[in-house]
Amino acid sequence: MTDERIKDLELKANDIRISIIDMLEDAGSGHTAGPLGMTDIFTAFYFEILQHDPNNPDWEERDRLILSNGHIVPARYATMAHAGYFPLDELKTLRKFGSRLQGHPERHKLPGVENTSGPLGTGLGQSAGMAFGLRMDGKKNRVYCLTGDGELDCGNIWESAMFAAHHRLSNLTVVVDRNNIQINGFTENVMSLGDLKAKWESFGWHVIEVDGHNIEAFVDAVHQAHAIQEQPTCIIAHTIPGKGIPEIENDFTWHGKPPSTEEEQRFLKELRTLRGKIEASHAS
Amino acid sequence: MGALQTGGMDYLPVKIEPNMLNDNLHLNTDLFDTDKLDKAATRDGFGKGLVEAGEKDPNVVALCADLAESTRAEWFKDAFPDRYIELGVAEQNLAAVGSGFANYGKVPFIMSYAAFSPGRNWEQIRSTITLNDVPVKIVGAHAGVSVGPDGATHQALEDIAITRVLPNMTVVVPADSEEARKATLAIAANGKPSYLRLARAKTPVFTTSDTPFVIGEPQVVYQDEEARVGIIACGSLVYQSMLAAKELEQEGIKVSVINLSTIKPMNAEAIVDFVENLDLVVTAEEHQIAGGMGSAVAEVLSAAMPRRIAFIGMQDRYGESGDPDQLLEHFGFTKDGIVKRIKEELGK
Repeated sequence: MTDERIKDLELKANDIRISIIDMLEDAGSGHTAGPLGMTDIFTAFYFEILQHDPNNPDWEERDRLILSNGHIVPARYATMAHAGYFPLDELKTLRKFGSRLQGHPERHKLPGVENTSGPLGTGLGQSAGMAFGLRMDGKKNRVYCLTGDGELDCGNIWESAMFAAHHRLSNLTVVVDRNNIQINGFTENVMSLGDLKAKWESFGWHVIEVDGHNIEAFVDAVHQAHAIQEQPTCIIAHTIPGKGIPEIENDFTWHGKPPSTEEEQRFLKELRTLRGKIEASHAS
Repeated sequence: MGALQTGGMDYLPVKIEPNMLNDNLHLNTDLFDTDKLDKAATRDGFGKGLVEAGEKDPNVVALCADLAESTRAEWFKDAFPDRYIELGVAEQNLAAVGSGFANYGKVPFIMSYAAFSPGRNWEQIRSTITLNDVPVKIVGAHAGVSVGPDGATHQALEDIAITRVLPNMTVVVPADSEEARKATLAIAANGKPSYLRLARAKTPVFTTSDTPFVIGEPQVVYQDEEARVGIIACGSLVYQSMLAAKELEQEGIKVSVINLSTIKPMNAEAIVDFVENLDLVVTAEEHQIAGGMGSAVAEVLSAAMPRRIAFIGMQDRYGESGDPDQLLEHFGFTKDGIVKRIKEELGK
């Protein structure tokens, strides 16, 4: 990737973060930390990695991006809007009556949302079913599943991990958002995950650890996953919940609340400052 | 079930009287000569139907949670090894993976015992199958006390309640093995999330290959124009209800019987038509009374045509170990149990 391309993607991610703060304040409820933490990865997927067509969301040859931890969907909605799936204005309808942008995503409400999710632990199994079906039909499309780290408390995830490895679903990549927080606190205090890399490896997965805010490194990790033919790949993406707004970064109390109007103004100012920093860092 | 609870020596086989049966249903002409009927479990009819569905549609795939032999998934596996997917003992994942297959475009049948699927994995079914609205076919084997010696843990008695409450779901309880075969083909082609309830025990096959089956169309299998009592039954209780109707008829009590194999979508119009001239409606199912087929019927009738209803089902308790026949008799799921209950209700 050229420096210019990386800068464009980082600026795009910054725009998307601004949209996320804006829409969450409008909604008056929702999750802030997770969406901000995963914005760089959503940007990488929709603007660099995925084969997809915003004008034809059901295109058969598309890659599938399955969101397992549905509560971070504001990041997906905002990224989809910026990618051209629907008008940016519609983001203001998040969580409102009659909106296509449900509080947790629903497949039938909004084209391009691959699966209904929110209840945790089921996205990896759904992804494995899709990956298996694609492979049966000799198709090359890939399936990517995004999960949280708190979500790994769910037993269903590990049933799915066994299944995908047993059936050697190498067209499946899971991305674990390793942000170390969940509703009740830090993951290692609530229910310790321990050595996640060793866990996934022992289940038969190829594991890559990456900085989830380094878009180039993340894209490289996905390319590496494509080269692994023998087993599925798990990318453990280390992220900072609330990324981009220093006063809320790594604060688990921001897992499930939106900014107030006053906070919104402060946060948007932070993000505009960040934009200047991104431009400056690529100028040097 | 081996020998039917027909009262042994008291029971005199009687040839069917054409006026009582709907000729369009092409039921077995030896219907009331129980010994002449083939016995087969609904799981066997399902096993055959699944292979046929696989022949008709290359997108049909079978997913099984380590119960290939007893759910008859094995027959599909033998016929289409590349389309059989093993899940291990992981029913939650069974539902989620099934959802993924269906979302992609396959027609997945997911198979386990009803106690575990839709029992253990109900939330996955709700979130990833019915709310997600993808056409996964949930096949719950070993429903009812007729599971027998395995005991209460494996005798699902709540599955109709927990599946019919889910929007977008179709719920079918076949009355015999042949109907199970046809129901399997029907749900393979209906494009919707569906639940098929199966039994382990062999029961008389009273329908034939010519008997029509359409999802959502209950069939009046025994009709007496003068009946003031009507039995609405599903599963193995349909045949037992027909035997009961025949016996009661000989005692001067006229009874009609309808096979309500599709519990959802409920054909309210057919139920209302059936009960219009009745004073007493009896529902019969091998399931908890709470939330089951009888409850679904009561929901319709209380609004559209109130009638006194006697519910034959499990009375808020679990089953136990025993021979299927013993258990069916003990819990009143036989001809004798139905006859006794109707007489009680009529004060006779």
